[in-house]
Amino acid sequence: MNDPIIPGGGVTVQKPQLAARESGEARTALHEKVSVRDVSFFYGESKALKSVNMPVYERKVTALIGPSGCGKSTLLRIFNRMYDLYPKQRAEGEILFDGKNILDPKQDLNLLRARIGMVFQKPTPFPMSIYDNIAFGIRLYERLPKSEMDDRVESALKRAALWDEVKNKLGGSGLGLSGGQQQRLCIARTIAVRPEVVLLDEPTSALDPIATAKVEELIYQLKHDYTIAIVTHNMQQAARVADYTAFMYLGELVEFGETRQVFTKPAKSKTEDYITGRFG
Amino acid sequence: MNSSAHVASYSDPVEIPASILRRNNMWDALLRNATRTAALTVLVLLGGVIASLVQGSVPAIKAFGFGFLTSSSWNPVTEKFGALPAIYGTLVTSIIAMVIGVPVSLGIAVFITELCPPRLKRPISTAIELLAGVPSIIYGIWGLFVLAPFLQEHVQPILIALFGHVPLFNMIFAGPPYGIGVLTAGVILSVMVLPYITSVSRDVFETVPTVLKESAYGLGCTTWEVVRNIVLPYARTGVVGGVMLGLGRALGETMAVTFVIGNAHKIASSILAPGTTISASIANEFTEAEGDLYSSALIELGLILFVITFVVLACARMMLARVEARSGSRV
Repeated sequence: MNDPIIPGGGVTVQKPQLAARESGEARTALHEKVSVRDVSFFYGESKALKSVNMPVYERKVTALIGPSGCGKSTLLRIFNRMYDLYPKQRAEGEILFDGKNILDPKQDLNLLRARIGMVFQKPTPFPMSIYDNIAFGIRLYERLPKSEMDDRVESALKRAALWDEVKNKLGGSGLGLSGGQQQRLCIARTIAVRPEVVLLDEPTSALDPIATAKVEELIYQLKHDYTIAIVTHNMQQAARVADYTAFMYLGELVEFGETRQVFTKPAKSKTEDYITGRFG
Repeated sequence: MNSSAHVASYSDPVEIPASILRRNNMWDALLRNATRTAALTVLVLLGGVIASLVQGSVPAIKAFGFGFLTSSSWNPVTEKFGALPAIYGTLVTSIIAMVIGVPVSLGIAVFITELCPPRLKRPISTAIELLAGVPSIIYGIWGLFVLAPFLQEHVQPILIALFGHVPLFNMIFAGPPYGIGVLTAGVILSVMVLPYITSVSRDVFETVPTVLKESAYGLGCTTWEVVRNIVLPYARTGVVGGVMLGLGRALGETMAVTFVIGNAHKIASSILAPGTTISASIANEFTEAEGDLYSSALIELGLILFVITFVVLACARMMLARVEARSGSRV
């Protein structure tokens, strides 16, 4: 935790760290983990997404930014078909996940959601112990002996940088943790299932700056193993954690590119207006 | 500090006339006293009911003592009374009602909140609420003329055939299928408690935060896993409350039970046999209770029912307190 990954301090985070992003690495062998092809989305009659096309690259962090109501959360919720819980919502187009269209009605949703995990805006620990919060997801798909389960829980909590804080109270309620700890618990719970993609829906919007810094640090660590898509209201956060950034406005994808390029030399004037704070 | 000074400068302090202040104070005092009186009335009423029940049962308590609770004789001619069959019948019918009613109610509540297509939601909810509005005498008539014959012809023979040779169960499902009896009363009660448990459970299920359910779905849970691991634990306090509400109703229900239970003051091991409950005994026999001892015995039955209901409620509270303490702070 103490060695800053981003030169200039990944933890003391007040200003965007643009220059530090290693741009050379980004160009080597990118693999499109998820491809959004011509996706539109409807809440009943109203169209929330209009023919969005964009890639999500493997083992990279892709940020979705834009003003409220621009459709960024909606897009994220299509990736694991969370919208399927609600009868009046539907998506059109294709989303290829490793080349397979997940919008296909025959797609097994539980399996999909185990492979594409999600962390929500507000921390949502389940009403059970800290240990069970992690073990719960694992138990859905694997039958492990106790010792192995202990290891999995421990490693998930370690990966989420929470282990040291909770190792002595694993049997306590997850609801007894602070907000920041709860959110890291939720991240631990998500990665314990070993998903391939992790979706983060404004994961720090309910957290204080210190907890936010910890979660951002964590995101940076996690991208070595996972493909990450993050929705954020906080542009500095996008600048700090993301390799790629997509700017959305009124249901359309305005611009997609390397974070560095989007923030320093945006191609569209709309993007520039937004990131310089002229609206939104 | 600064801001309040700032605000004050906008509106100069207005002198409120003393008469208005006095009037406001008067209304406040009036409201305080009126509501307090209303609250105290409840306590006085409750105390009065208990006192008169105790007073009424004094002759029976003097005559039979503690033996009233353990004796199963009920003989108005020789004036020997015992409450055991009535207590037993009350408890057994309520248990049957809960065994059938709780799973069905929870099932309906889960369906309404989690699975139901929106256009079916309202009709089903309304139907459930109407069920609560049906007078118990209607349930009684329906139980006697429809349900009892149906159970007698179609269900009880199957139960007898099925369990007739299974040890233990052949005692519970023994004897000829009368139709009326403890089982039938339990089934009627389960229908009657259903709307209470369902509507309370549905309300508490709806308080489960969407995002909590979504995060469980997000891990790849099936609906069943979400209900079992997230919705039910989150809502357990409310659900137990609903079940207790239903149990209270089942313990005290009189009219419908009186119609179908058979009103026999004896304890049979078989739930197909006729029996009685406390409230059914009272309702059935109060008009014909001749002599002080007879009516006093019935009043003591009422006192016992009161105590049972009270104990059930107290147990529920304690159980909930224990659950809360174990799971730490809850939302």
